[in-house]
Amino acid sequence: MAIALSENDGWMLDGRCGQACRMAMSIVVRMAEVYGADELMDVSQAHIDGCALMSDAGLEFAEKLAAAGGKVLVPTTLNMGPLDLQDWRRFIHDEEFAAKAVRQGKAYTDMGCVPTWSCAPYQGYLTPRFGQQIAWGESNAICYANSVLGARTNRYADYLDICAAITARVPKCGLHLTENRRGQWLLRLVGFSGALLAEEVFYPVLGHLIGTMVGEKIPVIEGMPTRATDDQLKAFGAAAASAGSVALFHAVGLTPEAPTAEAAFQHCQPQRVVDIRPEDWYRAWDDLAGVEQGARLDVVVLGCPHLSFAEFRALVEAIREVAPAKAADGVDVALLTCQQSLALVERTDWQAELDAFGARITRDTCIFHTPMIRRDAKVLMTNSGKCAYYCPGTLGVRVALGSVGDCVRSAVAGRVLRRRPG
Amino acid sequence: MSATDGMTRKRRTMQGRAVVAGSASGEAVVSAQPISLWGGLDAKTGEVIDRRHDCSGRIVTGRVFVFPWGKGSSTGSAILLESIRLGTAPAAIVNCATDPIAALGSIIADELYNRPVPIVVLGEEDFRSIRDKDRLTITPDGTVTVEKPPLRTPPS
Repeated sequence: MAIALSENDGWMLDGRCGQACRMAMSIVVRMAEVYGADELMDVSQAHIDGCALMSDAGLEFAEKLAAAGGKVLVPTTLNMGPLDLQDWRRFIHDEEFAAKAVRQGKAYTDMGCVPTWSCAPYQGYLTPRFGQQIAWGESNAICYANSVLGARTNRYADYLDICAAITARVPKCGLHLTENRRGQWLLRLVGFSGALLAEEVFYPVLGHLIGTMVGEKIPVIEGMPTRATDDQLKAFGAAAASAGSVALFHAVGLTPEAPTAEAAFQHCQPQRVVDIRPEDWYRAWDDLAGVEQGARLDVVVLGCPHLSFAEFRALVEAIREVAPAKAADGVDVALLTCQQSLALVERTDWQAELDAFGARITRDTCIFHTPMIRRDAKVLMTNSGKCAYYCPGTLGVRVALGSVGDCVRSAVAGRVLRRRPG
Repeated sequence: MSATDGMTRKRRTMQGRAVVAGSASGEAVVSAQPISLWGGLDAKTGEVIDRRHDCSGRIVTGRVFVFPWGKGSSTGSAILLESIRLGTAPAAIVNCATDPIAALGSIIADELYNRPVPIVVLGEEDFRSIRDKDRLTITPDGTVTVEKPPLRTPPS
């Protein structure tokens, strides 16, 4: 079926607005056909994930658009990139890789993108508004923007994001439309103790469990604590978007499109109703322990997605509870964040404590893009469901998920120490 | 069993929707599970590296990768694009639900290099009928022809 294009869409497509616009619009229109959309619609913000990965193809694509005069038409932020722009030499000795990564970053900023280099863009610059139509990449950011902020985005895959930013147009379909945001499965949390609900790890483990259960369905969760913080919802969504394809969830009484379960289902019936009990949660918790208690620990990773100021505070408080407040020899502690959070941390006196602990802060990037995990590392610990999900395959390490407190105590002991929550 | 019966058993054609049109053929690598291409496929080697995935360790290069749908990271399109550039990509992809992330990687490869990976979506029953190591042929109109692999000659 042919896509109904506006006059302006047609001008972009036939090259009257330049070659970058032509290529971007051609990709947007072909994707509209893939999605089965009838027409395009406006977006007023974008977040680019295509800048994260360093590949020759990605570099060629970005430089081709930039050289053809590509400029973003809407405010556009950048996801983390392939390296820490100010301090890449610490991990990267391949000058050619670094030079290409810097070129790729320059192509995107030349096109007018804001150099935020953050995978938690909802905690920084240009946070979208409720109901705002946006084109975002990065699975955790998409999940958060849709669910917690109530902005509207589909899962913009790498390179469609910049095409949407250049044209300010996207296929009119999916989660941009009210009727497609209706909840599909009702998941009721039943029998959870207050103690378990208060655990920090409750959220990433629940996200892993629900992502595995629902796949690409829209879950409506009943019984999630209404005092859940932004960081806890971020950890939940990142895990759910990794283990499944969750791009939107509703938490009754907590997220903006779910004042009630009825509202979240738009007054329709759920396709399925499933009770989630503590034993289901503990099964997911066990599933996220890829290594036995007491195993020798090589590396701790915190900041997947990027650490917020509040998460830095929780880490410093955990460090203050251990003696000695220093990671054991042989244990690397990698903290991942963005420049904006780091700028706030630099206004505190935490830096000395973090340094003394042996924690190394890296900004703008993450362990999946910059080789900051040493090659002989076998066991990794993290508080992130996303990191725990992807690390075994991408980095060949065994992973144990634990709370920040578990991670800090384990780093000091040099061994994996997971406290059973609840 | 008549020769005709043998033919119908060995070779059949199914009509799908060409998400990215193109021609290809190859041996099927069949998964029952959705996959995230990022973290799931190594663009340098063409190996499935998601250690929780049922195709973990298998090479999809030059084969037809059959998986129900895509999930997870939106970086998947970049992985497919790079694998196309490096020549490690599957010959084609068959899904039972449209995977826009894979489609995009293939469309960009078409725009940049004129080398898309054909992607076809089949109905669920047809999708489920494909067995590992079947030989699949895909045409631009979205037809998928399935040929069973030859049986091993029994020892004489």
